[in-house]
Amino acid sequence: MSSTAATPINQLSMSEQLQRLQNKAISSVELVDATLAAIETHDGSVGAFLQVYPEQARAQAASFDERRARGETVPSLAGLPIAIKDNMCRTGDTVTCASRMLHNYRPPYTAGAIERLERAGAIVVGRTNLDEFAMGSSGENSAVQLTRNPWDLERTPGGSSSGSAASVAARYVSGSLGSDTGGSIRQPAGLCGVVGLKPTYGRVSRYGLIAFASSLDQIGPLATDVTGAAILLEAISGHDPRDSTSVDVPVPSYSQLVQQPLAGLRVGFCPAHFSEGLDQEVAQTIRQALTLYRQLGAEVKEIALPHADYSVAAYYLIAPSEASSNLSRYDGIHYGYRSDKFENLADLYAASRGEGFGPEVKRRIMLGTYALSAGYYDQYYARALKVRRLIRRDYDEAFQEVDVIAGPVAPTTAFRLGEKNNDPLAMYLSDIYTIGTNLAGIPAISLPAGYSKSGLPIGLQLQGPAFEEIKLLQAAYMFEQAAGVLERKPGMVGG
Amino acid sequence: MSYDVIIGLEVHVQLQTQTKVFCGCSTAFNPQAPNTQTCPTCLGLPGALPVLNKKAFELAVQTAMGLNCEIPLFTKWDRKQYFYPDLPKGYQISQYDLPFSRNGHLDIPPATDGDTPIRVRILRAHLEEDAGKNLHDESGRGAGSMIDLNRAGTPLVEIVTEPDLRNAMSARRFLEELRLLLVYLGVSDCNMQEGSLRCDANVNLHVHGPDGTKIPTPIVEVKNLNSFRFTEQAIEFEVARQWEQYQKTGQTIHDAPKVTRGFDPDRGMTYALREKEEAADYRYFPDPDLVPVTVTEEQLSLWRSRLVESPASRRERFRQEYGLSLYDAQVILDQGVLFADYFEQVASQTKDGKQAANWLTQEVQRVLNDRRWTLTEFPFPAPALGHLLSLVSTKKITGKSAKDVFNLLVEGDEPEVVTSETIDATIAERGLALVEDTGAIDMAIADVIGRNPKAVQDFRSGKQAAAGALIGQVMKAVKGADPQSVRERLLKQLEG
Repeated sequence: MSSTAATPINQLSMSEQLQRLQNKAISSVELVDATLAAIETHDGSVGAFLQVYPEQARAQAASFDERRARGETVPSLAGLPIAIKDNMCRTGDTVTCASRMLHNYRPPYTAGAIERLERAGAIVVGRTNLDEFAMGSSGENSAVQLTRNPWDLERTPGGSSSGSAASVAARYVSGSLGSDTGGSIRQPAGLCGVVGLKPTYGRVSRYGLIAFASSLDQIGPLATDVTGAAILLEAISGHDPRDSTSVDVPVPSYSQLVQQPLAGLRVGFCPAHFSEGLDQEVAQTIRQALTLYRQLGAEVKEIALPHADYSVAAYYLIAPSEASSNLSRYDGIHYGYRSDKFENLADLYAASRGEGFGPEVKRRIMLGTYALSAGYYDQYYARALKVRRLIRRDYDEAFQEVDVIAGPVAPTTAFRLGEKNNDPLAMYLSDIYTIGTNLAGIPAISLPAGYSKSGLPIGLQLQGPAFEEIKLLQAAYMFEQAAGVLERKPGMVGG
Repeated sequence: MSYDVIIGLEVHVQLQTQTKVFCGCSTAFNPQAPNTQTCPTCLGLPGALPVLNKKAFELAVQTAMGLNCEIPLFTKWDRKQYFYPDLPKGYQISQYDLPFSRNGHLDIPPATDGDTPIRVRILRAHLEEDAGKNLHDESGRGAGSMIDLNRAGTPLVEIVTEPDLRNAMSARRFLEELRLLLVYLGVSDCNMQEGSLRCDANVNLHVHGPDGTKIPTPIVEVKNLNSFRFTEQAIEFEVARQWEQYQKTGQTIHDAPKVTRGFDPDRGMTYALREKEEAADYRYFPDPDLVPVTVTEEQLSLWRSRLVESPASRRERFRQEYGLSLYDAQVILDQGVLFADYFEQVASQTKDGKQAANWLTQEVQRVLNDRRWTLTEFPFPAPALGHLLSLVSTKKITGKSAKDVFNLLVEGDEPEVVTSETIDATIAERGLALVEDTGAIDMAIADVIGRNPKAVQDFRSGKQAAAGALIGQVMKAVKGADPQSVRERLLKQLEG
């Protein structure tokens, strides 16, 4: 059991940190220093951060502290250290997407979500590692470094938001931002025992998020607890006219509403989520979660998602197709990596892209290029879009009967580093339960549901109807309170 | 053996918007300051996103309406993918299978009165973004190539015709009519030097076989023709070349794929462009960064109501309502909407279209050219000119006096704006009003005849020219007399 008195302030929950900042029980400089110290101590072994901005973070913290001392009104997250995935632009930073291609790329502008985060007073302490261009499920596709799971350093933190999940699991920060295209927030959150939320497509601006697959990408929060995720989601949500796919729907006060009791909750589960390939311990933990919901007064019922089996196939046509196009801009001409081994223009393209991209990125570019080629488009891409529409319809129908759909986040707990490196298909299947959410454009949350016998976190996923993030948060909070899962922390940080 | 020429055109028109089609950068032509009119979006920087410029879409729809196209209520954006240094994203945002307009037509006007117009069907018109411009060192000193992305993202409408054109001259005249339409609609400045209007021509022959069949020859696309004259020359050259080629090789459309050629204006010849190693596969797919556009019938009728009258319709009206020849109508139309409006105001006031046309194409145009004025700077508003011309047609002043008054009033560095009052005052001041007093004229004639027996005798012995001197004396005596009337009365007295 943790004793709050002894807990380092960087390990407190986000709401506690904010409360203490507000009461001036702690200063922002103290909090930032604690964060930086924790990074200093542990990140050599975890490897969550690609960049840390100590001076800038301290200066911002000092400025908020001064404003507070003068009695000024400060924004709601004033002085709160946050980590961001290294695929979101911010003026002045080097933004690499963990790719050799962008090793020296400095964007001249700031992403919409980061603007909102900073306007809310959060301090970006650093940029976290990821699978190159957010393509992967273990973080191992980073061209820069490995990130290790704080619960077991021999295991993967999941991916692609590997560093964002690990930085929260290691309690450097109480929250971070990741991006989720097929499960890249929820799967690492699940494997790292933290909360991760993939918002409705269009809820959070994609402006300044370096694209993987535009119709699926969405920025979302990771946090040590559900309330933290709600606080961050509220800060980054809202319409951005610079993103045509951003939706102008009012943003509820998630942070205020998250802890309100939810009466008459209907929880659905889908047999397809308990099929072959699901680890028995994970299955058991999720069944226990359903039982707990029943005990909490929710109605738990079976629903059908008839096309769920096709989601991985559809996803691995749609996402690589879009990626093949989105990544055409990295041509060695205008910015980024340029090979010096070329004779002519075609060589310059081939060599720069050949040397600048890693193997998984190249695999997906080739997959997508093939799927969009003349003669194959109808057979692959167009057909995948049809499946996508059917999957969307499945969810629409299911949400006629239930408020949320509960299931596992991933088929297994954190796997060993290197275990699936040579088996891309096995790696792709670790997103089997998360991909449908992105295809349907709906929100989903991943939260700790329990632990395996070997002490690895097991994640519960709740999916909800579009723009019903508040229902997900409330249902998740309800579980979090009753299940007592927050008590555990990785051993390396005193858990 | 003989053949028909088959020509289809693809015309790229830059729309006249202040800002680019998917970002807020200026579209001004500015080659002196490369890469200054750019932002993360048109530079294709990672994470930047396109947002449709609604004005560009409106101008595009108005263009299509001018071309009599159908406008579907749903349209979407597709990515056309290829690698080229002037294309920073590696794809161009364009429209593939659901363009915003299709199935229209534009008539080439008849060349002379009595001819019939030639209808050219429009297959489709779609909206897309322009690429940047590669700048190569042509000095031969081996300096590197550079890229200017000021133009990247400028809105372009691509207009694709059906292969309805049958000769190079028609192709040229089609382009002239198209340019006139676009300028009238105010959708493009059609400045060809600045690349606002560029054309690709698809040309082949249908050779008449001995059994009456038609044998199509391989299609050649001549790319990037940036003047109407070059388009005409390139097609003429191609027709001759393809005919020669066919006679030599007998190759038909089934034997050879479509090839692209360039045009060298200095030599007046087309030349083979280096073929890509593989057939181009643009891998079109819907752009996930943009949402499809849906328009309503109400929106379309609003835009339709804002359309100006087409040159074709005006040309016809000028002939019907004002009795102009095709030639005169065209001369006026070619001067632009304001000039045509000016003409209509004057002509409807004076009820004499021919007179108004003559004045506009001679006096007015001469002054505009000499003084380098635009019509908006011209100090003679249409009602004033209408007043002046009415005075001539009602014989209040002579045509010559009217020209004098006109020239007088537009003199000076900054002449005042002319009104009917200033015209009347000038006429009074200079005593240019025609005298209607026939008694006074007759008395003066009798006087002049009495004082010039020699001239009278010369006239009576057949020297017609002698009358001129006498008329001059009468005119001097009676200021403002109508010379026509003086001549008639003098001759009557001389002969009587």
